[in-house]
Amino acid sequence: MNLAPPAPAPARAPINNLNRANPLLYIVLVLVGVIALAPFVWMLLSSIKSFGDFSFVDFSNLKNIGKSFWPWPPFGDSAPAFNNFAEAMDRIDRSSDYKTLTGIPLFVRQFINTLGISVVTVFGVLTTSALAAYAFAMLEFPGRNILFVIVLITLMIPEELVLVPRVIMMYEPLSAEAAIGQDVLISLIPRLGWQNTAMALTIPFMTSAFAIFLLRQYFMQIPKELFDAARIDGAGHMRYLTTMMTPLAKPAIMTVGLLQFIGSWNEFKWTQLVTRTLEQRTLSVSLQNFLQTDGGAEGQLAMAVAVLIVVPIIILYFFTQQYFVEGVAKSGLK
Amino acid sequence: MATLNPGAPRRKPSLSKKTREALLAYGLLSPALIGLIFFTLIPVLIGFMISLANFRVVFREWVGFDNYARALAPDSEMWPSLAATITYSFISVPIQLGLSLLLAMVLYQKLRGRAIFRVVMFLPYITSTVASAAVWARLYSPDLGLINSIIKALGGEPLKWLLEDKGIFTLMGQAAGITLPEGVTGPSLAMVAVIIYTTWVFVGYDTTIFLGGLGNIPNEMYEAAKIDGAGSMQLFRHITLPLLSPTTFFLILVTIIGTFKAFNHIWVMTQGRNGTNTAAILTYRQMYEFQRAGYASALAFLLFTLILGITIFQQWYGNRKVNY
Repeated sequence: MNLAPPAPAPARAPINNLNRANPLLYIVLVLVGVIALAPFVWMLLSSIKSFGDFSFVDFSNLKNIGKSFWPWPPFGDSAPAFNNFAEAMDRIDRSSDYKTLTGIPLFVRQFINTLGISVVTVFGVLTTSALAAYAFAMLEFPGRNILFVIVLITLMIPEELVLVPRVIMMYEPLSAEAAIGQDVLISLIPRLGWQNTAMALTIPFMTSAFAIFLLRQYFMQIPKELFDAARIDGAGHMRYLTTMMTPLAKPAIMTVGLLQFIGSWNEFKWTQLVTRTLEQRTLSVSLQNFLQTDGGAEGQLAMAVAVLIVVPIIILYFFTQQYFVEGVAKSGLK
Repeated sequence: MATLNPGAPRRKPSLSKKTREALLAYGLLSPALIGLIFFTLIPVLIGFMISLANFRVVFREWVGFDNYARALAPDSEMWPSLAATITYSFISVPIQLGLSLLLAMVLYQKLRGRAIFRVVMFLPYITSTVASAAVWARLYSPDLGLINSIIKALGGEPLKWLLEDKGIFTLMGQAAGITLPEGVTGPSLAMVAVIIYTTWVFVGYDTTIFLGGLGNIPNEMYEAAKIDGAGSMQLFRHITLPLLSPTTFFLILVTIIGTFKAFNHIWVMTQGRNGTNTAAILTYRQMYEFQRAGYASALAFLLFTLILGITIFQQWYGNRKVNY
C-alpha cells in the first residue's frame, strides 16, 4: 500500500492571494463548521436534560423550538439534570454485582480499564517501534533488508484478516485429555489463555508495522554527522537514541502516539469478542451494551455516557491538535 | 593483520564492534519483530488453516474448501452483503471526496479563522465512532429525532431513517405517486443514513489530506498559467486536478478500503439490518454470534482478496493516469 505519498508540504503562499475573500466562502465555512459541531452540542445539551425535556421536541412555534433545544431559562423552566451522569453510572452498576462486591462503580472500573489499556498500548508501541526503527535507520547488520520486508508485509495485512485466528489464540490451552486425539496441525496453534484478561487487550497491539515504518523514515532524515558528534562526546547508541533522536523526532512520535491512543480508546470490535465479564470491558463496549438496555429507552442517559467517553479525547485533541492536523496532512496516514 | 593505514582504528576492536552492532540491532528489533510475527504473520497462516476446517469453539473436522464453496454458492448470504458493501462504497466515496476537494479549495484561500476551522472539522474523525454513531442514531430516531422534527417543521413527511429497509427510489416513487418497475429500489434509506454519517466523520480527514496535496503544487505553475491568460476554471482543470492526482488516487484507495472495512458505526446504528448488512458486518456476526470460526475466516480471506484486487487495479490504473 502506498502509505506516504504526499511529501511534507512546505509552507507556500495560497494560490489566490485574495485580501478580501468572497463572503460566500465564509458562509460555506460557517455552515460546514456548524454541521461538524452540531451533533456534539446536541449530545452535550441532551446529557443534562431530564427524560421529559429530552422527549420534548416541538417545532411548531418559536418558543417551543427554543425549549426543544434549551429547556432551561430563559426558554423553559427546568433545571439542568446534572445527576444524569450519576444516574447513568447507577444503571450500569445494576447490570452486575461488581459494585456490591468491590464498592467501585462499574463505570469507573471500565474507565480505568480504557485509560490503562490506551496508555500501556501507546507506550508499548512507541518503545518497540522506536527501538526497531532506530536499528533499521542507523545500524548495519546481516539480514536488515529481509527483516524490513517482514515489516512491510505486516503493514499490508489488515486487522480484519487476523481477527478470528487471534481470538482462537486467546483460548485456554487444551487440557491433557482434550489434546489426545486432537489434530496435529490444530494442536500447533498457540493458545495463550488470555480471554477476558487485560493481556488480550494490550499485548497483541504493542507493536505496529506502521509506526516502525514512519519512525524509520523520520530517523533517516536526521543527519548522520549528528551521531558522529555525539560519538565523539562518548555517547553510545542507546544514549544517542534517548537524548538526541527522540527529541528530534518528537512530531512523528507525537503523531503516532496520539493516533494510537485514540485507536485504543475507541477500540470496540476486538474487545467485544475477547471479553466476557463486564468489569473487563472498556467504555466503547460498555456504551454499546448500554444502548441495548437502559440507554436505548432513556436517550439522555446514553448521551451522558457518550459525553464521558468523548470529552477526554476532545480535551486531549485540543491540547495536541497541531500534531494531528499536520501529521495527517503530511504523511497521509490513517 | 596489521593495517597499512595509520589513521584507521585497529582491526581487532573494529571486528568486534561490527558484531556488537549487529547484536545490538537484533536486540532492538526483537520485541517489535516477535510481536509482529506472533500476532500478525502467524495468525494469517492460522486463519487460512481454520478457513479449511469446521471450527466452532472446538475443532470438528477438516472440510477442504467447503467454507469457501458455501460463501461463493449462488444462494449465499455473501452476495447480498457484497452488494451492500459496494453500494456503500460507491456512493459514499465520491460524495466524501467531492465535498472534501471543494472544502480544501475553499480552505486553501487566505481566509480568516481557517486555522480554527481546520481543528473543528477534524473533530468528528477523532471521536469514538461508537459514541458518535449513538448520537446520530438518536438524531435519526423516527419519532423524537431532531432530523424528523426539522422535516416536519418544514412541512415534510417524517421518515423512518435507520429503520427503513425500502429503497430511496421506491420511497420517492411513493411520494410522487409513481409505481417504479420491479427491482428499481435504490439503496435503502437506512444505508443512505449511514452514508450521511460516514460523510460527516471523514470529510475533515479527507480535506486535511487534500490540503497537504494542494500545498505541494508549485505556485509558479499558477503564475505561469495566469500569464498565459488562464481563467480560474482552466487553472483548476489543467493544473490543480492533474497535479493533485497522486493525492486523489491515494485518497480514493484509502477511502474504498475504509468503506470495505467499515464496522463500528454500522454495528451501532443498524446491526446490519435494513440493507446495511455489509461484508464486514456479516463476517463479524459469523464469529460473534454463531462462533463459526472456519466460515468467518473464509469470508475474511475472500474479502481481503477483493480488497487486494481493488488495490492492485487501482495502483495499475493510477500508474497509467496519475501525473507525477
